[in-house]
Amino acid sequence: MEKFMWAFIVGGIICVIGQLMLDGLKLTPAHTTSTLVVMGAILGGLGLYEPLVKFAGAGATVPISSFGNSLVKGALKEYESSGIIGVLTGIFQITSAGISAAIIFSFMGALIFKPKG
Amino acid sequence: MSIKKKKKLTPIQQEYQQFAQEREPKRPILFNCVKAFFVGGFICTLGQAIQMIFVKYFHFSQEGAANPTVAVIIIITVLLTGFGVFDHIAQYAGAGTVIPITGFANTMASAAIEHRTEGFVLGVGGNMFKLSGPVIVYGVFSAFVVSLLVISLRALGVM
Repeated sequence: MEKFMWAFIVGGIICVIGQLMLDGLKLTPAHTTSTLVVMGAILGGLGLYEPLVKFAGAGATVPISSFGNSLVKGALKEYESSGIIGVLTGIFQITSAGISAAIIFSFMGALIFKPKG
Repeated sequence: MSIKKKKKLTPIQQEYQQFAQEREPKRPILFNCVKAFFVGGFICTLGQAIQMIFVKYFHFSQEGAANPTVAVIIIITVLLTGFGVFDHIAQYAGAGTVIPITGFANTMASAAIEHRTEGFVLGVGGNMFKLSGPVIVYGVFSAFVVSLLVISLRALGVM
């Protein structure tokens, strides 16, 4: 039960940060998500994102900032096993599931659904 | 608006800018934040529940369960986008739906569905990443730079 509570709180706080960027700094959603991804990558590089994932579970893995963290994590993991080229081959390793799922199901969605006016 | 852009405007345009700014509706930032907090928190809690189901019934490791969880959330989002429900939720929740992976899936699905009329190759294929492209571009580039920095710092023995 505690895990749910922290997922709720941490996930909510990350969304509030996003909302403040949207409303306070008047950024577009694309700017906001890009900034959060870059922040996630930097936190991942500093090794600060992993503890947050351990602590908050889905509260840290569901927001888009975890995308940046996973990219860095995949690149570093592959670097350890196959050297410098691992940065290129490993960068999508962990996020592959998310990106592939998004492409496949969006395409299926485009096959099934018709645009609404 | 940046100062650089402002300098190029004629006095009348500047006057209009000020006129428009004064009449722009004030955004209820606090209320929006509360909504974003609850909706975003709810989506993450839902993610946590899905993740626990995967761990408990499909024997995924705690870390490995994050992948199927994200996939399930993406499927739900694509369906909600297709049925036209997601727009209403997003309108209410603001960043609450944009920041979780639902926002990413929604931009892809809505772009794919919307451009279907332009054909499946150039319409759907060409426009799918139109809105979600920045996230991938900046994510990958920043991850590349951060990884190289971490690697060189490790090689130097700093980290």
